[in-house]
Amino acid sequence: MSEPPGAPRETTDTTGLAAQPAAQERDAFGQLSTGLSDLSGPLTPTGHLRRRQLVSRLVEGSQTAAALLAVGVLAIVVYSVASRAASVLSVGFLTKDPPAFIGEAGGGIAPAIVGTAVIVAVATAIAMPMGILVALYLTEFAGLRVRSAVRLALDLLNGVPTIVVGLFVFGLLVVGHHQSGFAGSFALAIIMLPLIARATQEVLLLVPPSLREAADALGVSRWRTVLGVVLPTARGGILTATVLAVARAAGETAPLILTTSFFANAVSANPFGGKALPNIPTYIFIASESADPYGFARAWGAAFVLLTFILLASLGARALSQRHAMLPG
Amino acid sequence: MSGAIGLASRVGSRGRSGGRLADRVGDGVLYGLCMLASLLAVLAIGAIAYQVIHGASLAISRFGVGFLTHTTWEPNFGIFGAGAFLYGTAVTSFIALLLAVPIGVSIALYLSMVAPRRVRSVIGPLVEMLAAIPSVILGFWGILVLAPFLQAHLEPFLHRLLGFLPIFGTTPTTGTGLFIASLILTIMVVPIIASVSRDLFLTVPQELQDGATALGATRWEVLRGVVIPSAASGVIASAFLGLGRALGEAIAVTQVIGAGNLIHASLFQPGDTLASRIADQYPGATTSLFIASLFYLGLILLVIGLLANIAAQVIGRRFDVRRVLAR
Repeated sequence: MSEPPGAPRETTDTTGLAAQPAAQERDAFGQLSTGLSDLSGPLTPTGHLRRRQLVSRLVEGSQTAAALLAVGVLAIVVYSVASRAASVLSVGFLTKDPPAFIGEAGGGIAPAIVGTAVIVAVATAIAMPMGILVALYLTEFAGLRVRSAVRLALDLLNGVPTIVVGLFVFGLLVVGHHQSGFAGSFALAIIMLPLIARATQEVLLLVPPSLREAADALGVSRWRTVLGVVLPTARGGILTATVLAVARAAGETAPLILTTSFFANAVSANPFGGKALPNIPTYIFIASESADPYGFARAWGAAFVLLTFILLASLGARALSQRHAMLPG
Repeated sequence: MSGAIGLASRVGSRGRSGGRLADRVGDGVLYGLCMLASLLAVLAIGAIAYQVIHGASLAISRFGVGFLTHTTWEPNFGIFGAGAFLYGTAVTSFIALLLAVPIGVSIALYLSMVAPRRVRSVIGPLVEMLAAIPSVILGFWGILVLAPFLQAHLEPFLHRLLGFLPIFGTTPTTGTGLFIASLILTIMVVPIIASVSRDLFLTVPQELQDGATALGATRWEVLRGVVIPSAASGVIASAFLGLGRALGEAIAVTQVIGAGNLIHASLFQPGDTLASRIADQYPGATTSLFIASLFYLGLILLVIGLLANIAAQVIGRRFDVRRVLAR
């Protein structure tokens, strides 16, 4: 592979010249030209090619570093929470009320745990059926234009900043009334709905058409097909979508600040009581705004409880989706 | 596929028309419920917009459009303006994107192209878990762990090295401020860009990459010349999704930004964003004008947040980027 006369030559870079005289003939395919003139020697890139490979390797290295950085941040956050929570974690921490006065040590976060469980459960009870119905509408009934309109609405709903969702529910349910656990649930349901609906829609699209066709061929009516064939087939995927949405909603703070934040520190499980329900995210937020070291300690404990739940839930959802193989990824 | 279903359902419906009463009722009820739920989902967007505008009406009529540029926020005197918070939102979101786009895209390339399959299946989920950390915990960590570190190490370093730039121009004080808020937002945005971009890169046809490799391109040249260009619009769309997230984040920013009323050139000074001001001042909002002004901030936030999302939809419409996030 000799170069025609007058062809541009790489002259600036002399790396590798001394070791291999034949490398004078190199071009973009330096490997080839050296190989041709010295067939017995090992094929080592020189000059221009060597630089290109070096750049490539440097970029790959920086990509690896970026990935490690992200994992490192996750590890640091999780470690910070776990190590600082260790001093307060005990069974009592999960079952006791917080102390009555600011600046007192000890106590637990039982009201916040119960409150979060109730708020998220009510939100799920609203958002899950609605999300499935919307997804069914998209896949089973809607025409092309209606479908794109509903999907646009879901995407926009997903894009509304959560604090604005909080303002909406505040204006709708709290102004002129009181904060309540239900107002918080309602706000979380609005956040969960597009997540569940879009993910469920994806799963429903994966249900094999042959199943539907078989049901149709047997003369089974639409609603029986949906309840008896489509939904059971997609069950695993729908469950995954719901668990992911629950994990997301459990940590949402902004809407709860506006709808259920002025709470007493006593266990209450009634979302309709016309009183704010204590909840973990708001508890951490309030503690972070105060300057009480014991409050900080309890907030670290609360953060650990919340983080454990959320990470386990997303891990569980991932395992579930792999088992059912209904969700890609 | 849809043709087959269409035919089958048409045949089915003809068969059904003379079917049992229970089936006709069941079909009708299911259709009605599905339609009702979808209608409610569509109406929710309108209801949110209406409620926020309604709540803001007092402030809109009092301050008009000048609210956007007015930088005074004096609740005691009934004077409100969003200028300083628009500035804070713009600066923190801009820096977050500036950092998160290269990092996120690098992670995406690593996870889709570079890493061995085994490593991918470990690091991929871990990056997504970063997105699962609740913002309130990230903010709490930010103020108690990251802020002291920045105050003691990174901020003095940047000030010594780049102090001639106005953005690093003041000596660091508490560690809270625009800088740490931008970093916390970066941590939130990186996983979004990374997971969306990764899924897009995976759709780039293998033949194109093989072709480039056969022509002698190195791995990076394949990425730069083939993979990134063919997914470019999707990557930009993912950046807009990240922007939407950064603009609207209220809690973590409130915890670390220091609630400043003024516009400072230096990132080490406190500031506030639209979202964080709402979260911060809602409990103390007593007058109706105060509350209406917070709703006005929410209205601005709603508009720019939706614009960022619509931009993501339009730019990335070839890829359906939302699909990736809905998982």
